This record gives sequence, C-alpha cells and structure tokens, in this order.
Amino acid sequence: MDPQAAKYIGAGIAALALGGAGIGLGILFGNFMNGALRNPAASAKLFGNMMLTFALVEATGLIAFVVAMLILFAA
Amino acid sequence: MAAEHHSPLEQFRVEHIGGNLSLGGYDISFNNSALWMLIAVAAITVFMLVGIRKQAVVPGRWQALVEFLYDFVANMLKENVGNEGRKYFPWVFSIFMFVLFCNLFGLLPNSFTVTSHIIVTFALALMVFIIVTAIGFIRHGLHFLSFFVPKGAPAWLLPLMIPIEIISYFIRPMSLSVRLFANMVAGHVMLVVLGSFVLPLGLAGAYISGIVPVAAITAIIGLEFLIACLQAYVFTILTCIYLNDAVHMNH
Amino acid sequence: MPQLDPTSFSPQLFWLAIAFILLYLLMSRLVLPRVGKVLGQREERIQGNLEKAVKLKAEAEEVLAAYQKSIADARAEAHSALNQAAAEIAAATAAREADFARKLAEQTAVAESRIKVSKTQALADIRTVAGDLAAAMTSKLTGVTVNGSDAGGAVEAVLKERA
Repeated sequence: MDPQAAKYIGAGIAALALGGAGIGLGILFGNFMNGALRNPAASAKLFGNMMLTFALVEATGLIAFVVAMLILFAA
Repeated sequence: MAAEHHSPLEQFRVEHIGGNLSLGGYDISFNNSALWMLIAVAAITVFMLVGIRKQAVVPGRWQALVEFLYDFVANMLKENVGNEGRKYFPWVFSIFMFVLFCNLFGLLPNSFTVTSHIIVTFALALMVFIIVTAIGFIRHGLHFLSFFVPKGAPAWLLPLMIPIEIISYFIRPMSLSVRLFANMVAGHVMLVVLGSFVLPLGLAGAYISGIVPVAAITAIIGLEFLIACLQAYVFTILTCIYLNDAVHMNH
Repeated sequence: MPQLDPTSFSPQLFWLAIAFILLYLLMSRLVLPRVGKVLGQREERIQGNLEKAVKLKAEAEEVLAAYQKSIADARAEAHSALNQAAAEIAAATAAREADFARKLAEQTAVAESRIKVSKTQALADIRTVAGDLAAAMTSKLTGVTVNGSDAGGAVEAVLKERA
C-alpha cells in the first residue's frame, strides 16, 4: 500500500474516537438538562460542574484529534 | 495540504525576530511566540493596573471586571483548597491570567497562539506538577508518599493499586498540557480549514455559497472564545484540585 | 507540525520562564495587593456601614419605645384627670342638688307655715267678718241692733253646727 494512503486511513481511524467524545457529551448535557429541569434552583451550581466536565470529556476527543494530526503531519 | 505553506498548521510556525541569541549552547532567539508571551504579560499588567487605578468603592465596569477576575480565582482557590491556599493565590492567579490572555490573544487575526505549542503548555503543566509535589513533600514530608496508597483498599490489591496511583499521578502533567494544547490547535485548525473553503465554494456556486463557511466561521469564533475562557478555567481548577491533594492529602 | 520542531523548544522555554516569572512578580508584588486593598476597603466600609445601620436601628427603636411610653403615660394621666374631673363634677352636682333640695324644702316649709298662718288668720277673720256681716244684715233687715258679741256667738254656733 502507498504509505501516504496508509497515513490518511490511519488518521481517519484515529478520528473515530471523536464518536466516543460525542456520546460522552450527549450523556453529559442530557444529564445536565435532566438535573437542571428537575431542580432549577441547583442549575447554576450544576452549570459550573458541567462546564468542567465538558472540558474533561472534550479533551478525550481532542487527544484523538492530536493523534490524527500527528499521523498526518509529524515527521 | 501537500504544499507546506498552505497547511492549516502554518499558523503555528515559530519565526525568529531579530538576530540569533544563545545561552550556554542553547538557542534563545527572540521569536513571535516570545513576543506574544510578553504582550500577554504586559496586557495583563496594564489591564489590572488601569482597571484598579481609581480604587473606587463603587466600581466602574472595568474595575468590576478586574475585581470579578480576582474574586473568581480567589473563590476557586478557596472552594478547592480552603484557607491554606491563600498564599498560593498569586501563583494560581498568574497561571489563570497567563493562559486566559494567551488563549484570547490567539484569536486575534495574524496573532500567534502561545498555548497552541505543546512545549509551552507542557512547561506550564510541569511547573504545576513540580510545585504541587514540592508543596506536598514540604508540608507532609515523606508521609506524602502515603498519598499513593488508596484508603480502604484490601492489602492484596495494593501491589496493583499503588502502581496505578503512581502512574495516574505522573500522567497529570501530560493530560493537563495536552488538553489545553489540543483544544487550542483544534480550534485554530478548524478555523483555517473552514476559511480555506470560502474561496473555492464561492467560486464554485455564484459567489453566494461562500457565505456558508463564513457563517460557520462566525459561529465557531464564538465557540472559540468560550473554549479559550473555559480552558483557562479548567487549567486553573485542575491546578487547584492538585494543590488540594498536596495540601490536604484527602484522596 | 511546527509544534514538534525541537529547535523551537529552547527559545520558547527560555522566554516562557522569563514571561511567567515576570508576570508572577508583577502580580504578587504590584497588582494583587492593590486589588486586595480595594476589596478589603470595600468590605470594611460595608461592614462599618452595616454596624452603623444596626446601631442607628437600635437607637431608633429606643426612641420609639420612649415615645410609646410617654404616650402611654400621657394617656394614663389624661384618663385619671378625666376620671377626677368627672368625680368632681358629680360631687359638685350632687352637692348643689342637695343644697337646692334643702333650700326648696325650707322655702316650702316657710310658705306652708305662712299659708297656715294666713289660713288661721283668715278663719279667725271670717268669724269677725261674718259676725259683723250678720249684725249689719240683721240691723238692716230688722232694724234691731245686735250686739257684736252676740252675732259672733251665733256665727260660732252655726259654724259649729255646720262643721
């Protein structure tokens, strides 16, 4: 196989991990809405925690992105 | 993407400004990255000093913003570390403001995003890691090593748990730095990729279709402002959490 | 990826160290003490104002209590004065009524005795007048001159008979 093609395929596979981040964010935001709608008084506090968790979850997807970038452009 | 000067990663290129300098055999030439670091430092200082110059009891908008940032970091530190964290406040505040301003200045057109370089974020994270570990050892002595022994775990699990704890402790600077770095790089790459769609799409479909990527860029710029602030917040709050672990050892 | 170019590491690390140490020194020595001072002053001022407000409130409550007490006192005083006045008036009225009744009784008694006197006198006069009248009538009618005392005796007898 052409090494260049293998690179692109590998980068594409690495980007699949973003699906996991998407599922995680869906669960996170869904649960936030659930909690915030059940108890609107607590939503301000939940929002801060949600933002922190959002960043942590998103980081997982971004690490996949970095891996894809490394495959494409490193070396 | 094949041609190097059209790559979306071109924006992260470090370019020397002025002549080459070296110290002890290492290259320390001034470059655009260093320029934007110093701009950030100057901007933070001017922003804070000008905001607080009136020392008004009833603050104006600018002073209220300065006080908000101060209270924001102070409360973050207090909630996570408690009153023992007060003496680390200038350090945590410096980290927060530095990351925040570098992130935000990176969004200016033609600027350089300091925090999009893994070496910079890794150096910051390593500084956090080393200082926090040092605080842990200074406050608790060798007793700090018991931090790696999980409480309530059965004895036969300890040979497994202790290496996991140690690895997860040492992975902290990696995750801290890669999180910030990846967020910044991803956002800026996305902007450039979308920007590169404007001309081809506009030429392909009666000019009007070029609006679509422009609209997308506009939306994503907004998201990037959110991300820039959020990542500074996350970096700082994780610093506070690590600091709390070192100060209180309540794992 | 320019981020992975090792030649860019050492200058960035060097300048990052300079920038961050500079920032830390500026923040810890210059900026944060000022912001903290302003916030501390505000806190102090708000605290002071709160304390002042609490003190003023206590004072106002004290004044209110004193005012209410004086009003209650004045009301009690007025009440007692009113009662006293009413009693005085009642007593004076009673005294005047008694006086009036006494005077009335006196006057009645005087009048009655006067009436009695005049009545007896009138009765006594009636005998004389009747005697005189009888004597006059007899002399006119019969031409006989009747002695006054005889006429009187006759009138007396008739009166006794009629009575």
